[in-house]
Amino acid sequence: MDNGFSSPRRDAFPAGLRVLVVDDDPTWLRILEKMLKKCSYEVTTCCLAREALNLLRERKDGYDIVISDVNMPDMDGFKLLEHVGLEMDLPVIMMSVDGETSRVMKGVQHGACDYLLKPIRMKELRNIWQHVFRKRIHEAREFESLDGFEGILLMRNGSDQSDDGNLFALEDMTSIKKRKDVDNKHDDREYGDPSSTKKARVVWSVDLHQKFVKAVNQIGFDKVGPKKILDLMNVPWLTRENVASHLQKYRLYLSRLQKENDQKSSSCGVKLSDLPSKDPPGSVGFQNLINRQQNDVKLDVFKFSEGTVQPQNVDPKSHDSDLKVISESTSEKRRALTNKIPDKKIRRSSEMGVNHSHIPSESEANRQVFGCTISTQYPWSEVPEMQLKQENKSFLHLEDSFSQLPLHGTQHHIQVNQSQSISSNHSISEGEIAGCIETKPLYADDKSDYTSSGSSTGRAIDAFSVQPKSHGQSLEPIHNTNCIPDPEFHQRNVLLGDEVASAPLDEDLHLYWLEGECYNMNLGLQMSEYYDPALISETPFHLYDSADYSVVDQGLFIA
Amino acid sequence: MERGQPRRQVAAMKQSLFDQGYLDEQFIQLEELSDDANPNFVEEIVILYYRDSSRLVSSIEQTLERSPLDFNKLESLLHQFKGSSSSIGAKKVKAECTLLGEYCRAGNAEGCTRSFQQLKKEYSVLRKKLEAYFQLARQAGPAESACRPK
Repeated sequence: MDNGFSSPRRDAFPAGLRVLVVDDDPTWLRILEKMLKKCSYEVTTCCLAREALNLLRERKDGYDIVISDVNMPDMDGFKLLEHVGLEMDLPVIMMSVDGETSRVMKGVQHGACDYLLKPIRMKELRNIWQHVFRKRIHEAREFESLDGFEGILLMRNGSDQSDDGNLFALEDMTSIKKRKDVDNKHDDREYGDPSSTKKARVVWSVDLHQKFVKAVNQIGFDKVGPKKILDLMNVPWLTRENVASHLQKYRLYLSRLQKENDQKSSSCGVKLSDLPSKDPPGSVGFQNLINRQQNDVKLDVFKFSEGTVQPQNVDPKSHDSDLKVISESTSEKRRALTNKIPDKKIRRSSEMGVNHSHIPSESEANRQVFGCTISTQYPWSEVPEMQLKQENKSFLHLEDSFSQLPLHGTQHHIQVNQSQSISSNHSISEGEIAGCIETKPLYADDKSDYTSSGSSTGRAIDAFSVQPKSHGQSLEPIHNTNCIPDPEFHQRNVLLGDEVASAPLDEDLHLYWLEGECYNMNLGLQMSEYYDPALISETPFHLYDSADYSVVDQGLFIA
Repeated sequence: MERGQPRRQVAAMKQSLFDQGYLDEQFIQLEELSDDANPNFVEEIVILYYRDSSRLVSSIEQTLERSPLDFNKLESLLHQFKGSSSSIGAKKVKAECTLLGEYCRAGNAEGCTRSFQQLKKEYSVLRKKLEAYFQLARQAGPAESACRPK
């Protein structure tokens, strides 16, 4: 059994936290170094922002957190912050002598997780590990099920990152993976004062936790008790107390998830319960892929790896869960939602395996990943910065979002799956818009096929905001395309990373679709190569939607 | 007993630096950072501060001598200087920086120059005071922690 003691650094968390301090003032640099060392952190100091950036680039996985002064001669601290946010996905704490609200705000806007005023106090530094920890929690909550996480390739985003953080897709996957493993070990343990960490305590390793969850599921969540779990788990050295405390944490964890999800649902005005009944009579195809938190599902995680969707449920009760795919299978449509469930991981959720091509399926999942590739012939680079919100229209308002783009008269194909692409002409707005939306998950550069969410009459994809982003430049939230099929539906933000910025058609475009920002989830959408509609989508366009309620009507795409 | 006398002197001297508003609690924090690895941490920091900030002071001086006065540059330098001064808890110097910064923002070149003289004065007064203090502390010997409870 993995006891997690492989590395002292991990076990003593937050001791050993790797901090990079950047300050042009040598005096402060020395003081901070001393202070951080007193906190048992591993400190690297650096008096130039550029040097810091180089260090960070050289060792992408070498630091846990960055503390940076705002005013530096070679590079503005905010700029550094931006780079770190974009490239490394690390929590950054800003500091300055100046407590001016506008500056602090600027720092926060640029993604600083904290803003400390000089003179910085020991107690503030002692506490900075919380940012690292918080980020891990968020990551864990949003993308991992508690049980059975192996190398998870999901791209993730700390919530404390602003939308600038959406480019993490660029981050080296292996490092994420590595870090994840560390995180997982941390997540179930308590973090106390560094001095108290010497005390032996049960490390709830992945394996151990899986046993635990298995036992809980076997017993039934309602009837579960520490003693029963202990018996079932059959781990000799474990005590009832260990289990009891872990069970408590587990319950808290689940309720927290529940709460969070409920909030999400409600804040987005998704009324899931009456969805089916409200489906417009004529609608075809996927009506709504919606997360229904009302069911007991706490968290379903889809893992994607090479063409595989692996839904996992955290909650024992989640059999009856949520991927609500109401599809009236229209003949020609090939749907790409392919869920392969490796039984090793998903013991309890075999029902989740959805492999529906034409199945009017009722499989449910909270999280849905889909990607879209849109090929259009529009020069995206010319898209003006704007934010549009169009609501309650029953078709995809591409015209609106890309307002200068002549959409009418073209055709749109929404291709849900790369391999089984649905390229069907459909009439999205009156003008027959052409385009190809091809789904593909972001993080996995592998060709994965799965998941689809087309949209009917374009009403499917609702409300997304597209933010084009030009490479190497700071993010500029720009486009919002909101197509809301139904008043009650969801909103999705699409961040569009636009490599094209100045170059016309043939350039790569990265689109990141960000789902309701409240979740900090990312829809990564990579859009590349726009060509003539006729050429149709080779455009790898990765869209990762981890949102709870992606509503996609596919029917309309099927002419 | 023999050692008690100088220790008390050190404590009294330090106390007076606080009472007269030269230092703030940051200085205490520096003292608390001293440990076996860096027994003279405060002194080390103060030396570092004066070495680095003298560069800033002369930059400010040069900027002030130029005409027309570059207020933006001056403000930026002041900001740095103030930040640096906060590291050792140089309370009066910081206050002077703030004042000078106000003149700077007001575009009052004459006020800036006047204020800078005061700043320089506080800066060097503190230096002398701290030098005297460290000297006394060294003579008193390393009983620092024994007398710290104020």
